[in-house]
Amino acid sequence: MTAASTRFILICSGKGGVGKTTLTANLGIALARQGARTAVLDADFGLRNLDLLLGLENRIVFTAQEVLAGSCRLEQALVKHKQEQNLALLPAGNPRMLEWLTPDDMRKVAQMVGEHADFVLIDAPAGIEGGFRNAMAAASEAIVVTTPEVSAVRDADRVIGLLNSEGVKPIQLVLNRVRPRMMANQEMLTVDDVTDILALPLLGLVLEDEQVIVSTNRGEPLTLNGTNSPAARAYANVARRVLGEDVELIDPSKERKGLRAKISRLMNTKIF
Amino acid sequence: MTLRDVINKLLGRQANSAGTARQRLQLVLAHDRSDLNPELLQQMRREILEVVSRYVEIDLEEGDVSLATEDRVTALVANLPIRRARPIVEPEPASEPLSPEHLEV
Repeated sequence: MTAASTRFILICSGKGGVGKTTLTANLGIALARQGARTAVLDADFGLRNLDLLLGLENRIVFTAQEVLAGSCRLEQALVKHKQEQNLALLPAGNPRMLEWLTPDDMRKVAQMVGEHADFVLIDAPAGIEGGFRNAMAAASEAIVVTTPEVSAVRDADRVIGLLNSEGVKPIQLVLNRVRPRMMANQEMLTVDDVTDILALPLLGLVLEDEQVIVSTNRGEPLTLNGTNSPAARAYANVARRVLGEDVELIDPSKERKGLRAKISRLMNTKIF
Repeated sequence: MTLRDVINKLLGRQANSAGTARQRLQLVLAHDRSDLNPELLQQMRREILEVVSRYVEIDLEEGDVSLATEDRVTALVANLPIRRARPIVEPEPASEPLSPEHLEV
């Protein structure tokens, strides 16, 4: 594949802590496992964590900072993943870089990385200020991550507004940390509520899953070992959809089995 | 209305919170997207009514100017029932009073 067909995908959310970095790490690994040359770019210079989730924190020698300053070659800064040779990380530099980094710098560094990759995933920082705008400049399409909570949806909406005004498209949605039981009890915004409000196509639906925490403890993304947890399957499916495969979305109401689920479905049938 | 809603009503329980979340979000997003604060909106509402009432007599009780959002497009919706047209002051004779109808802006 040539650099011209490289896809530059921004992964963003507005609100912090909804799962941007987890998605970037898992999607990166899953794409690489499917044979796509993938680079993940940590654009969160203030609070970098992508290295940690990928288990690469001890292998960083140079960062985007040295690449931009011309004091090292890109190949020296890119950290290849231990098990997944198709994946490379360009670590974020020193937080002080935020003082001088411009959207043009980000564009330049992403283009350099894109020379050697089919996919460049850009892990955006939370917020909608300078750091986010820098990250957005390097992207041609975006994945917005949100959770079914009012604050996360509101912040996602602000981000989508900015992406629209910058002409970034397509924009797709990943709904994270879905709790089927709470949705069934109508104590959580439903999948339809969120997609209606944000008016974006749904790229993935990730159930709340304790295995995510276990995997971050180890620095081994869920998609790495083919673990069969709900979130692992969801992330793998997101990767397949990004690659153009038509994979059906799960239905949260069918994820629950047993008598309690049956009663709860009965309780939610419209009677008049 | 679902069985759950009926039971909640009978027991005097609070309605489920997802509906509240949805309503609150829709309102807050309509304002976020338009970047108008409530004060400005109020002022705009007053001025629109003022301008329109120069030409037609409107029912201020029934009138409503608000923001509505659908598919990421926020619209200013004014629903102003017209009582009758105001006589035009120019030499032209006053036009016939209009029957009440709705003017959509």
